[in-house]
Amino acid sequence: MASLESARPEAWFRLERDRLELGGAWTIGASARLDRELRCLKPEGEGAVTIDASKLEKLDSSGAWLLLRTRRALEEAGRQVTGPDLPESYRPLLENLEKTKPVPAVKPPKPKTFLRRLYLIGKGAVNACEQGWKMLGYLGRVTVEAGEAAARPKHNLRIAAIVTQIEETGINALPIVGLLSFLIGVVLAYQGVDQLAQFGAEIFTINILGVGLLRELGGLVTAIIVAGRSGSAFTAQIGTMRVNQEIDAMQTMGLNTIDTLVLPRVIGLVVVMPLLTFYADVMGLIGGAVMCYFDLGITFPVFLRQLDQAIDMSTFMVGIIKAPVFAIVIALVGCYEGFQVERNAASVGALTTRSVVEAIFLVIVLDAAFSVLFSVLEI
Amino acid sequence: MKTQADRKDEVVIRVKGLVTAFGPKVIHDHLDLEVRRGEILGLVGGSGSGKSLLLSTIIGLRRPTEGTVEVLGQEIGFAEGEKMRALEMRWGVLFQEGALFSSMTVAENIQVPLREYTGMDQQLMDEIAAMKIALVGLPEDTGQKYPSELSGGMKKRAGLARALALDPELLFLDEPTSGLDPISADLFDQLLKSLSQSLGLTVVMVTHDLDSLRAVATRVAVLVDRKIKTGTIAELRRDENDWIQDYFSGPRGRAALAEA
Repeated sequence: MASLESARPEAWFRLERDRLELGGAWTIGASARLDRELRCLKPEGEGAVTIDASKLEKLDSSGAWLLLRTRRALEEAGRQVTGPDLPESYRPLLENLEKTKPVPAVKPPKPKTFLRRLYLIGKGAVNACEQGWKMLGYLGRVTVEAGEAAARPKHNLRIAAIVTQIEETGINALPIVGLLSFLIGVVLAYQGVDQLAQFGAEIFTINILGVGLLRELGGLVTAIIVAGRSGSAFTAQIGTMRVNQEIDAMQTMGLNTIDTLVLPRVIGLVVVMPLLTFYADVMGLIGGAVMCYFDLGITFPVFLRQLDQAIDMSTFMVGIIKAPVFAIVIALVGCYEGFQVERNAASVGALTTRSVVEAIFLVIVLDAAFSVLFSVLEI
Repeated sequence: MKTQADRKDEVVIRVKGLVTAFGPKVIHDHLDLEVRRGEILGLVGGSGSGKSLLLSTIIGLRRPTEGTVEVLGQEIGFAEGEKMRALEMRWGVLFQEGALFSSMTVAENIQVPLREYTGMDQQLMDEIAAMKIALVGLPEDTGQKYPSELSGGMKKRAGLARALALDPELLFLDEPTSGLDPISADLFDQLLKSLSQSLGLTVVMVTHDLDSLRAVATRVAVLVDRKIKTGTIAELRRDENDWIQDYFSGPRGRAALAEA
């Protein structure tokens, strides 16, 4: 580590009965050592003390602070202090510091007691409920605005912005969604074969693949990737606009931020998500087919014939129907959290994290709710 | 032993033949600048003339396209990591918006360089932080506040307190009074003047503020036509360059310098 202590004359001090003599370079480099030594100084004693600092060769504000602190300690011990007597050039510094009145050291924060922890848990629970309530309110507001926009599509629907969002959230997501779905198909097929081989029923791996991917995994994996990729981007984009006061500027120009910022994102994602889910289903099945071919020697036509028996249209529809709902949740959470950003940079990061966590949480909760619903409806 | 008086004419910053260019666009064309110990140099120039760019080149955030920058006898840009750090301990920089670390309180911000470079106890660091906060004229409870809770002027003062944490010899200020109300700006000027006197600071200050220039700057460097002209305000007012004439003798300039 580089050091502040250079070849300067070393700082020293000496307390005799009625004189405190000090000299050398009382600077920041020496102050850690001086501080420890000065604390050991015994200020008790009788009579007056003269501080003689005329041999000082260098003084900066930390040194001056230590000097003043020592003088104060002597005074508090009931001794009459005169001085410090110091070179002319350092006098303004000391006077400047003397003018600033002694301040208490910075207080440490309160320790966390049991009761305080309990309070924090309660507060967190209440905040979570409030958050849910506000989000519901936001959903209502966006729905109303969307209705108005649908009534006057020429003016309120921003086609160019929607197309941009479709490109950003859809086309640009194709490589990552495709790759991950393919790998999920591979993994699923591999595990299925491993387990079903115990019953000699390897061929039913294809049933697992078809039903698992189309009903659940295709949509879920897509939603999670989109939440991480686009939901976070929505929060960061809108949040940065808030930090730069762009949102305020838009409002003063009479631009409706829901029309201009939120609806294009929601509509774009609603259009894109079913398509992405379909694409993920296909890529997952391809992954599974490749695995089946190498692991079981099942050729592609055989794979397709078995798949045809395993699934029907409703299997596919059950998966795809969830996609627009996930899209609305991800886009709304992303935009809502973006508008919550305060005017500082740290807030953008914190809310982006929150937006992704909330979106994924809600997607999985909704997926579970859909499962219950479908089983009640016996689909 | 060298006293401050002996070192008065020592050049602490020497910029020689500096060229800054972005592709074909030349911002600085072989400009020279010298800053002497103990002076307060005001750096002025029109928008886009490269004031802040010059400042960031001097403090080593950018490498010059051509030419050399020497600070406290050390060439910037080619200094080894360790030497550069030793140099960075001897200067303080106040950025335009304060650039306080937003995840820390003001006191913790001030303690960052102390913790990094000195072996001080927490108690002494607390005392020093409180002392610096008082020194820049902030109320004493500011230490526990976060930067987002401070007004623009308070952020600048807190930034100054952090820049002063290691008792630097050199202080760089980027538009310290912009965005402050005139009263706060006046107070800032007075503060700067008293600090530079009592701590023996050398200050380089980028500014647009004519009142501030008149109040504190011992010399002024004007960035004009990709070069620099230096002098006292009185000297510069006699310069024939159009921009300099407009700057010092335009309506704002005349009003600010009326008493000068």
